[in-house]
Amino acid sequence: MSTLGAVAPATTGLRVSGLTVVGKSRRTPIVEDVAFELRPGQVLGMVGESGSGKSTVAVALLGLARRGLQIAAGEVRIDERDVLALPPGQLREARGSLISYVPQDPGAGLNPGHRVGWQLREALTVHRGVLPAGQSVDDRVLEVLAEVGLPADPELLGRYPHQLSGGQQQRVAIAMAFAARPRVIVLDEPTTGLDVTTQRRVLDTVRELTARHQVMSVYISHDLAVVAQIADRVAVMYAGRLAEIGPAAQLFADPRHPYTAGLIAAAPSAVRATTLEGIEGRPPRPGAWPAGCGFADRCHRVQPDCRATLPELVTVGAGQEARCFHPVERGTFKIADRPAAPQVPDRGTVLEVRNLVAHYGAREVLHEVDIDLRAGRCTAVVGESGSGKTTLARCLVGLHDRWHGSVTFEDVAIGPRPKDRSTELRRQIQYVFQNPYASLNPRMSVGQNIEEPLRHFTRLDRRARRDRVESVLSEVALSTAYADRMPDQLSGGERQRVAVGRALTVEPEVLVCDEITSALDVSVQALLVEQLRRLQHERGLSLLFITHNLAVVRSLAQDVVVLEGGRVVEHGPVETVLSDPSHSYTQKLLADLPDLGRTEAVAS
Amino acid sequence: MTTEAVDAGRRGNRRERGAIRRALRGALRSWRGRIGLVMALAVLALAFLGPLVAPHAATDFVALPSSPRGPGYPLGSDGLGQDVLSRVLLGGRKLLLLAVLSTGLALVLGTLIGVTAAYRRGWAETALMRGVDVLLAFPQLVFVLLVVSVLGTPTWLLVLTVAIAQAPQIARVVHAGAQDICERDFVQAVALWGVPPRQVIARHVLPSLSTPLAVEAGLRLGFSIVIISGLNFLGFGVQPGTPSWGVMINENRLGMASNPWGVVAPALVLAILAIGTNLFTDAFARAAFGEDRADDTVIGSGMGATP
Repeated sequence: MSTLGAVAPATTGLRVSGLTVVGKSRRTPIVEDVAFELRPGQVLGMVGESGSGKSTVAVALLGLARRGLQIAAGEVRIDERDVLALPPGQLREARGSLISYVPQDPGAGLNPGHRVGWQLREALTVHRGVLPAGQSVDDRVLEVLAEVGLPADPELLGRYPHQLSGGQQQRVAIAMAFAARPRVIVLDEPTTGLDVTTQRRVLDTVRELTARHQVMSVYISHDLAVVAQIADRVAVMYAGRLAEIGPAAQLFADPRHPYTAGLIAAAPSAVRATTLEGIEGRPPRPGAWPAGCGFADRCHRVQPDCRATLPELVTVGAGQEARCFHPVERGTFKIADRPAAPQVPDRGTVLEVRNLVAHYGAREVLHEVDIDLRAGRCTAVVGESGSGKTTLARCLVGLHDRWHGSVTFEDVAIGPRPKDRSTELRRQIQYVFQNPYASLNPRMSVGQNIEEPLRHFTRLDRRARRDRVESVLSEVALSTAYADRMPDQLSGGERQRVAVGRALTVEPEVLVCDEITSALDVSVQALLVEQLRRLQHERGLSLLFITHNLAVVRSLAQDVVVLEGGRVVEHGPVETVLSDPSHSYTQKLLADLPDLGRTEAVAS
Repeated sequence: MTTEAVDAGRRGNRRERGAIRRALRGALRSWRGRIGLVMALAVLALAFLGPLVAPHAATDFVALPSSPRGPGYPLGSDGLGQDVLSRVLLGGRKLLLLAVLSTGLALVLGTLIGVTAAYRRGWAETALMRGVDVLLAFPQLVFVLLVVSVLGTPTWLLVLTVAIAQAPQIARVVHAGAQDICERDFVQAVALWGVPPRQVIARHVLPSLSTPLAVEAGLRLGFSIVIISGLNFLGFGVQPGTPSWGVMINENRLGMASNPWGVVAPALVLAILAIGTNLFTDAFARAAFGEDRADDTVIGSGMGATP
């Protein structure tokens, strides 16, 4: 791996320094003093949780700022040319030809009103002089299509964006970004929303094109494993500043900033079932940054001086810098130290699904699905988008009633709709929704939200309900002060914990969780996973855990059911299925999965 | 100080519960809202405090018919020689009470229809909302005139008819809002526990609709006033001799040449009231939803149906 920290100001390369973005009206800093260097052919992975400012940095590299923000200071030098100092006309000329951008949502990056071929050609014709003499626009279009692994046939070029799959759209967007052979390409979470197989292909494409054309790629992501797979250097953003930056393998193997270490400890591994370690609390909001280190309130290594002054980025290793007064000691971080996830005994079936067939309109979306949920265990249902896993969950809890087959809970048959079920049954099976921002009533306090099922299922008086709310809050590791807060004062992870707490107030036997960690940052996801694990062990709660994240499955679940196209293609204990998958679909899912553990192995 | 308060509101960490209070505060910070409120309050004060200070009784003969203004009768006299000022002061209370009653009734009816349709879905929704569409096809005043000219004009019928004429618009607004709310996970979650629909609607759906309902109430109140005074103008709903702004405009048209105040005074009061409530409602909607959506709500849905 390269040692970039020692590089003298090069004539070629990307050099960002002092990049600062502020709010227009009050000049509140959003991103402060971001600096990094990159050499041709390298990929910089920029990781951070939601709100860390990584997307703001991404667009600032092109001299742009979101509405209400402005770039207050800094340089973005590409081969010694400062992009931010260019006059507007030249800056416009530079975008696309010197530096280009791939947005997060490929659907939004392409114009729905024009054919794909038209848009690819436009990327080449708006700037003069991007093509070498002798190469026509059409030649280049076919060339870049081949590069991104799309068939270079006229039929594809004649299609509109909506006639392409998400993965194809993203590859067209990448082809457009590479078409004019810019020096720098900024990719803003280009694989979020794609399934692992497509993600794998997109990553490979970016990696290969970066090397072949000696461009410099900045790859923004919240997913450590993805960044580990693609990046040469990694920059970790926290609360608008760089927390740590360094060569990828070194940074993941030996993180020095406590936040980086925390992120790695929070990320589940798909190859080893370990417990996870989350990071409590939430980053400070722009405008409320403390005088000292932004991470101080969540850091377990915090000292008085951390709160007094803001640490500078200091060199902590070869090419590795961290913004910390008391970094993790060199070489002491061990990902393998994490304790293995505990075993759970099999105590028989609590929920049995046989021959479940579900329809959406005339279409059959689940075909004869059989599942056994064992008491006190966690059964994960995995599959890619469209595999029918959410429909399955909705059938079981009564949100989707167009199904037939047999579902029995402790040998009692369950009807399709809530009103076909007894009150007892409705209490025994509780559901937690995917989106924590929609599942709580925004007009009720957290306490009132949690109390709501008690009002319906029990005859407890006010006092008793209040006591119950407090005990449930402590069960999901929130202080009793949360009872009086409103949902919009909580972070996504806290809301999701409240939603889990609400489901637990009536002491159900089974908890059905529909992608409940997918909207959460990894540090928060870890907290939630550990809480579910504790509930499972302490209360004997049975979990049906719907997810697309195989790493979470490995960490939390004991049994797994793999769905493909509405059919169960494989099922069994997690150990067996994930370590030795027998079905080709499961094998493919696993092979394409990026994993931190693998990088670790490569580095050592 | 004002900017601080605005920023505090924008930060969004304030309690959602105070949505209406916040919108009210926002409305009172804008000139539109302040002027509207002053106009409406002035007329309300005149209508409710007027009877206490009226110099004459409604039917006292104070001067020759249609006299211009003079001592003891500052706005002149009407066609029967009665004091215009006293009749303006006396002629608003019943009108306003009826308007408030019919608006309240319209809100209850419209909300019930809208929210039931949105929550039940299926055939119930189709039936209710197509019924609403049919009623919407009638201009409000034409509908009210049709009913009162066929069935007569007892006060309760007048209130009921005006309410029925207004309810469809409210049902529309409530239905649109409730459709969105009913789809939200927190409503679904409660329904999954088997909570009866009435309770789900009352505890979880309606509170989220309080802001659009408040806007709708202000808007409909303005229209109710206009419809009822319009009916009075046409001679429906009032006994001869009873002072009422709508009736006065009609009665005193003949004497306009010699005493214009007989028409101008009640017309002015009605106009100030209608414009005032509309301005304030508009300011409230802007504060509650932001400029763009307020235009849709108040101006879009309102003006098309103005009689």
